[in-house]
Amino acid sequence: MTKQIKGVLGTKLGMTQVFADDGRIVPVTVVAAGPCVVTAVRTPDADGYSAVQLGFGEIDPRRVTKPVAGHFAKAGVTPRRYLVEVRTDDAASYTLGQEVTAQTFAPGELVDVTATSKGKGFAGVVKRHGFKGLSSSHGTKRKHRAPGSIGGCAYPGHVFKGLRMAGRMGGERTTTANLTLHGVDADRGLLLIKGAVPGAAGSLVLVRNAAKSPAKSEAR
Amino acid sequence: MHTAIAELEQAQVRPDIPAFRPGDTLKVHVNVKEGNRSRVQVFQGVVIRRQGSGARETFTVRKVSYGVGVERTFPVHTPAIDKIEVVTRGRVRRAKLYYLRSLRGKAARIRERREPTLAK
Repeated sequence: MTKQIKGVLGTKLGMTQVFADDGRIVPVTVVAAGPCVVTAVRTPDADGYSAVQLGFGEIDPRRVTKPVAGHFAKAGVTPRRYLVEVRTDDAASYTLGQEVTAQTFAPGELVDVTATSKGKGFAGVVKRHGFKGLSSSHGTKRKHRAPGSIGGCAYPGHVFKGLRMAGRMGGERTTTANLTLHGVDADRGLLLIKGAVPGAAGSLVLVRNAAKSPAKSEAR
Repeated sequence: MHTAIAELEQAQVRPDIPAFRPGDTLKVHVNVKEGNRSRVQVFQGVVIRRQGSGARETFTVRKVSYGVGVERTFPVHTPAIDKIEVVTRGRVRRAKLYYLRSLRGKAARIRERREPTLAK
């Protein structure tokens, strides 16, 4: 089975709402996508897998280390701030230095968006894992958002490994799957993605076409 | 807000919407889709609220239909509105006319606003 995954890097600008043709309001995240350049093409013969490496974002060429500068020079492009590899079986159809823009995608397509989520700091179990907390009344005292029992006294007599507890939340790589692309503004290089996307405004996002078929997940 | 988003929102603002305020009586011509044909339905009533700004602005029109109060909230710039007609302008002293909900008949009337004299 071959999987042809398209991808483009961009900056999340924020959310807004637009009117659909029938007058309904659609909440969209605006992503300034691209222009990216192809900085390397991975082939099964040379690298053992098939992928295309994309570069995005401005960077002062003087701040690029010599080895990295050499990598960009090999592709014949100016250095970029971010590099990402998109695993796709049709990597051979890309050429070094080729530009990838928002126009890679068409309205109506389903996409996956990957980014680093907003950091929430040290969060309790209610926020971090969706625990219900304890009762707001019935004698509960100063324990309303506590996790409850974590391990018992005699049985099981210890705390299981991996038990969900309070801790650092957010600030990790997250993918939101199967978002509908509401519109593509080719002139300004904007993608309008229906729904929310991980990360803060101004952060780097990777938009790829959906890896999982929605028909399959609906059948479940 | 990023300028690109501001531009996106600005592009959706309809220039053909007349100026109106709470207290005004409007005829809102709404496009209604039934199956594959569409027609225009008129909703006439008093504006009891107008909130938000830019493309997100909405307003609420209240009318009394067969003795039942009916309120409909529209986005000002929605393409679902064919056109808006201002029937009368009302003189009110509040921005939100929620007090009309507890009044009916004669008490729910709104005095007409005199046009401000064009002094420059």
